Amino acid sequence: MDDFDDVIKEFLVESYEGLDQLDRDLVALEDAPDDRDCLGSIFRAVHSMKGASGFLGLPKLERVAHVGENLLVPLRDGDLKFNHDIADGLLSMVDALRDILGYIEADGSEGETDYEILATRLATLLDNERATADPETEDAGATLSEDEVTEVVAELNHPESEAEPAVSSDADVVTTDSTSGEVEANASEVAHEETAEAVVAAPAAVAAPAATTPPASTSAATTSASESSSKQSSGSGERSTSLADSTVRIDVELLNKLMNLVGELVLARNQILQFSSTTEDAAVIAASQRLNLITTELQEGVMKTRMQPISVAWSKLPRVVRDLSASCGKQVEVHMEGAETELDKTILEAVKDPLTHIVRNSVDHGIEAPEIRRANGKSAQGTLTLRAFHEGGQVNIEISDDGAGINVDRVRDKAVEKGMVTFEQASEMSDRELTNLIMWPGFSTAAQVTNVSGRGVGMDVVKTNIERIGGTVDMNSVPGEGTTLRIKIPLTLAIVPALIVTTGEDQYAIPQVSLLELVRLDGDRTKNDIEFIHDAPVYRLRGNLLPLIYLDEQLELRTRRHRDDFDQTVNIVVLQAEDRQFGLVVDLITDTQEIVVKPLCRHLNGVSVYAGATIMGDGSIALILDVPGVARKGNMLSEQHEQIIKSGAENNVSEELSAQQSLLMVDPGDGSQVAMRLSTVARLEEFSASDIELSGQSEVVQYRGGIMPLIQLGAGENPAERDDDQRRVQVVVFTTGGHSVGIVVSRIMDIVQQVLDQDNASIIPGQHIIQGRVTELVDLETLVRSRYPAIFDQPTD
Amino acid sequence: MNTTESYCTFHLGDLYFGIEVRKVQEVIRYQKTTRVPLVPSVVQGLMNLRGQIVTALDLRKRIGLDDAGDDVTPFNVVVRANDGIVGLLVDRISDVIEANPHDFEVPTETLGGELRELTRGAYKLKDRLLLILDTDRVINGATQ
Repeated sequence: MDDFDDVIKEFLVESYEGLDQLDRDLVALEDAPDDRDCLGSIFRAVHSMKGASGFLGLPKLERVAHVGENLLVPLRDGDLKFNHDIADGLLSMVDALRDILGYIEADGSEGETDYEILATRLATLLDNERATADPETEDAGATLSEDEVTEVVAELNHPESEAEPAVSSDADVVTTDSTSGEVEANASEVAHEETAEAVVAAPAAVAAPAATTPPASTSAATTSASESSSKQSSGSGERSTSLADSTVRIDVELLNKLMNLVGELVLARNQILQFSSTTEDAAVIAASQRLNLITTELQEGVMKTRMQPISVAWSKLPRVVRDLSASCGKQVEVHMEGAETELDKTILEAVKDPLTHIVRNSVDHGIEAPEIRRANGKSAQGTLTLRAFHEGGQVNIEISDDGAGINVDRVRDKAVEKGMVTFEQASEMSDRELTNLIMWPGFSTAAQVTNVSGRGVGMDVVKTNIERIGGTVDMNSVPGEGTTLRIKIPLTLAIVPALIVTTGEDQYAIPQVSLLELVRLDGDRTKNDIEFIHDAPVYRLRGNLLPLIYLDEQLELRTRRHRDDFDQTVNIVVLQAEDRQFGLVVDLITDTQEIVVKPLCRHLNGVSVYAGATIMGDGSIALILDVPGVARKGNMLSEQHEQIIKSGAENNVSEELSAQQSLLMVDPGDGSQVAMRLSTVARLEEFSASDIELSGQSEVVQYRGGIMPLIQLGAGENPAERDDDQRRVQVVVFTTGGHSVGIVVSRIMDIVQQVLDQDNASIIPGQHIIQGRVTELVDLETLVRSRYPAIFDQPTD
Repeated sequence: MNTTESYCTFHLGDLYFGIEVRKVQEVIRYQKTTRVPLVPSVVQGLMNLRGQIVTALDLRKRIGLDDAGDDVTPFNVVVRANDGIVGLLVDRISDVIEANPHDFEVPTETLGGELRELTRGAYKLKDRLLLILDTDRVINGATQ
């Protein structure tokens, strides 16, 4: 029901606007009766209103618009000459329409007023003008002096110029209601003086319809009309302002300008915040904090003004599908999910055409003809599903069909035939990669070029358009079951959170959408932990091989590093591009910040590594990296690369993943490395050395309202005997049956994923090689049992 | 009959150039630019012009001159181009002059390759030639 209300609301807003335009056009037409363009636009306006009201089930509105349209057809075709009578009649119709809209807005009904007389009048106008025979109407027409009509019309359209607004709107209604003839002649309320005056100014206008309305005497009609109109107009006045005032149509240009200004404001805010962080002045700090909050809110508000539901872009698709499937002899049903998902207007505009193209493709190439579908055991009717949803600051749009899917072999043949890839390359490609070949320029698999799609320009354009706005397209197809196209696009382009990094003395911004995590390795670990597969550096991140690329190398700021150069501290920014992860090594990781994305000038657009530039708080400029672009530049996205990584990993990782253990690596204090299974560790705690007390021979510490005995893991000296009481002690807490025992270590080092040589079920404590070092694996339970066997026997409390 | 056109003039080495004043937004002192890796070296970098990001082109490199050396602090002629504004780095800025159309000639054969491409012609002034830069070509061809 809400959806329907929304439709009605939109219809009302549009119709009010249309009527205002009609008023203007009709008046303009009086000065230039032969203006065909103007007539055409009037006709279209009335026609579309008729259509919409018919569609929405508003018979009265439709009826009124219909008679208006009847009169407009000969006018538009030049069979009928536009004159003041007609203008008058049409303006009355406009007023009648406005009245009905008022009722609809108020209570959803079309009101009680009967418009048949208006209809008759318009019909008469049509007939009379055609026949130019009826003397009575000729007379009636004659009683209307041109000046008077113009005056009334002027009042109708320029309320502020001659009469007070209230009066003019009353006058609006006068013409309508008097034609309706439904007014009560003996109504006792005294009309507003102003209204009465207005009516006096208007009788000529009323006279014309009155002449065709025999039973009502002119005077009676006038008086009563003024009354009812004063009642009505106050009501309709309120009604028409409510909707018209609550929504405003704004030029997108203006919104863009506002957005830019807000962008500037954000930059200025960042600058101020930077200054205020160096000052002690409380007032400055407070003011800048407030500025900060207000700016953020303003930014959100302005962003919201640019948000529109994706249904705006989807709305025409059912029609496209309907027409297309009819012309292809297919049966296709369209499903939409998440039509309310909002995204920035600019992005919405940018995806409109690609979406249409994809949908056309799906219907034309994807979904099979009914007989083929039946033969394949599917229902004759194909389904096209459009899904939209937000995920991680991005909008996902999926277009899937349950058609034939993509014939990978045909794609391969075609690609080889067209010389896009060599036969050898093609035979090494995975199905997924082959499928995505469709989006290469100059590709078309349709055996027959139809006039719908398949002309070889298409999917590549879609891909380019989506990528231009920072999105990605991915295609997935299961032969016989259908194809799914997944588009991921940013929510907004203007202001994004970003990670600021430094490389080669320059700052770069990396949009956080692509950011997964940050890893820092110091010199020693760099040497140990970065491995090489065919000279390509990789880092083992929790058991997965993460290919590494250096930002300065990718930007060609320095030559490729040699294996021996990997002994410096590295900062790895773990990024996600499409469905791959890779590590981007930068010199320094500075900060995260909201940045305002500014486009690069057109000449620099060719470099896909950049997504734009931004101005930093200190006024300097930082380039924004385009993560998929960087990944492509570094060859991170090719399947070949993945193969290399896989082959390198196969030896020691892929099969072992399931047997992996999370190990807590600690230094017992003598520089050796000890590992314990993370699953046996309850907590990691830190105590001050002064908290450690002696109880008999045991060291204990008060912990969570109880006493926790401690075990020294290393052969280190007794901490309680140390003179430095401020020292912090790292404790690994082991808990069983409600009792805790702390294992004191010198340093917590890391948590690693490791496959141990032994059977998973019974890991035997002993020595292992973990991270290239000899490591003692300690079983906590065994350790604790050896020292405090009693706690395993005590009942749980 | 022919209206005279005003030119913003500047020096690049021994050469004397002019750009129509109506195409010049402003002339500013040199400011630090942010380099843009991976683009042709003609692009000096990006600069912040009152919150607007402007690409600065090294005009010397563009017309095939050698580097001016470190002792020259260039000026920045900010030019309105078809799509946005672009800064052109020049050695030394000179006057705005009005040139008489009668003195105008199309590029002479003697001008070397790039320069002939990028100039629309020259005014024969009393003591020297004023080469008129075709800013659209200068800018559009910069990164190709």
